Amino acid sequence: MNLNFLYHFGRYLSMMRLAVSRPERFTMYWKETMRQMNDIGIGSLVIVGLIAVFIGAVTAVQFAYQLQDSFVPRYYIGYIVRDSTIIELAPTITCLVLAGKVGSNIAAEIGGMRQKEHIDAMEIMGVNTAAYLIMPKVIAAIFVIPLLVCLAALVSIVGGYIASVPAGMITHAEYVQGVRSFFVPYYVFMMFVKAIVFAFILTTVPSYQGYFVRGGSIELGQASTQAVVFSDILILLFDYLIALILTV
Amino acid sequence: MIRAENIKKSFDDTEVLKGIDIVFEQGKCNLIIGRSGAGKTVLLKLLVGLLTPSSGKVWYEATDFFELGKKEKRELRMDVGMLFQGSALFDSLTVEENIRFPLDMFTKKTKAEKLDRVNYCLERVNLAGVNDKYPSEISGGMQKRVGIARAIVLEPRYLFCDEPNSGLDPKTALLIDELIQSITYEQNITTVINTHDMNSVMEIGDHINLLQNGEVAWQGNKSEVLDSDNEYLQEFIFASPFLKRLRNSFLKQS
Repeated sequence: MNLNFLYHFGRYLSMMRLAVSRPERFTMYWKETMRQMNDIGIGSLVIVGLIAVFIGAVTAVQFAYQLQDSFVPRYYIGYIVRDSTIIELAPTITCLVLAGKVGSNIAAEIGGMRQKEHIDAMEIMGVNTAAYLIMPKVIAAIFVIPLLVCLAALVSIVGGYIASVPAGMITHAEYVQGVRSFFVPYYVFMMFVKAIVFAFILTTVPSYQGYFVRGGSIELGQASTQAVVFSDILILLFDYLIALILTV
Repeated sequence: MIRAENIKKSFDDTEVLKGIDIVFEQGKCNLIIGRSGAGKTVLLKLLVGLLTPSSGKVWYEATDFFELGKKEKRELRMDVGMLFQGSALFDSLTVEENIRFPLDMFTKKTKAEKLDRVNYCLERVNLAGVNDKYPSEISGGMQKRVGIARAIVLEPRYLFCDEPNSGLDPKTALLIDELIQSITYEQNITTVINTHDMNSVMEIGDHINLLQNGEVAWQGNKSEVLDSDNEYLQEFIFASPFLKRLRNSFLKQS
């Protein structure tokens, strides 16, 4: 088990070492990065927005219920929705969902290229396939996913408003007061750190799974599933580690 | 010229190639033939550097391929074109973009120059005008021809073809064979073809290498096939009863 882990970790590192090589032609990598930004960013807007609305809504409703009959001021609902969203829910839940959507897509795309000999064809042309296929995805994700997470946080706060204010749990003024109270800019920094680390994980782990896939469609399916499972586990592990490091 | 020198390759405990010595000559269609599992694909992948031999050397002219550094290997590969069994065209790119890909990646030509070169290659494979089609919109034979166009776009000195006729009807297969042969002669390149299509053997086999259990069992050219007394070769080439009868009647007449 340990040897198996070391084998995969070593192969992952050597793949990443190849991936950070100098591009053969900068314009080709630029084009590919733009395409990936579109796929990852624009392609994920709807799902991220939808999930963010419900995250905010559920958080607001739950806290409103818990704060019932307590002495805690009701405007705290807005404050709690804002902070829990920024610190934890927006980066983590968004990236867990993106690991499913984007991660499985990356594993299937690269794995499919491996099986159809596209990667071999590029290798023979002299293309550094690890760099050309992986780096644009990583760079695109590192730029786009923090923006998606930022958007998710915003939409989530709006979602909290939609769920609590019209239902009469809290007034408009109280919610706005809550959202504007005790703001700590450092939490936004934490959110971005998480988003960048998670973006790296959810692109490189599926890339690894796809790049080294062997066999046929069953193996490709397994690689895609493993890409999502390992990405999710690593995202949660690093969520904990980042929380530990940045809050000490 | 490409020379395989005492190439051995094992996967775990299985020895697939047991010391291959072959010279692939320039300006000729060099064929590697043999039954499934004989080691043809492994040898081809070793020649282009997709696999590393357990021992032995691959010489491109006077250069030992596996002694080269990464940068030199990449430079040498600019001189290599390869046609894959399944064509290996990029699905998300049009025919033109597929052929232009190596030009975009490795040359500093202008857009117009690249387009000229793409159109020339498409005309060369008799496919002018399909620039904007996607691989899924053209037939298997056309995909092979686009694969050839992409393989020759950088004017390679070495052309590798992995089972170029698999999955094609006899007429189209013949067309592909003729195309590969004419490109080889015209451009005086070293062409290595991995095939088990017997028509190809008899039509374009300038230099044939028969592999049997990871070893070279016979070498010769298409005109020497009929006269050879190598039983394994005769059984392999004239495998069907029809071909056997045809061969016997031909020998009787001659």
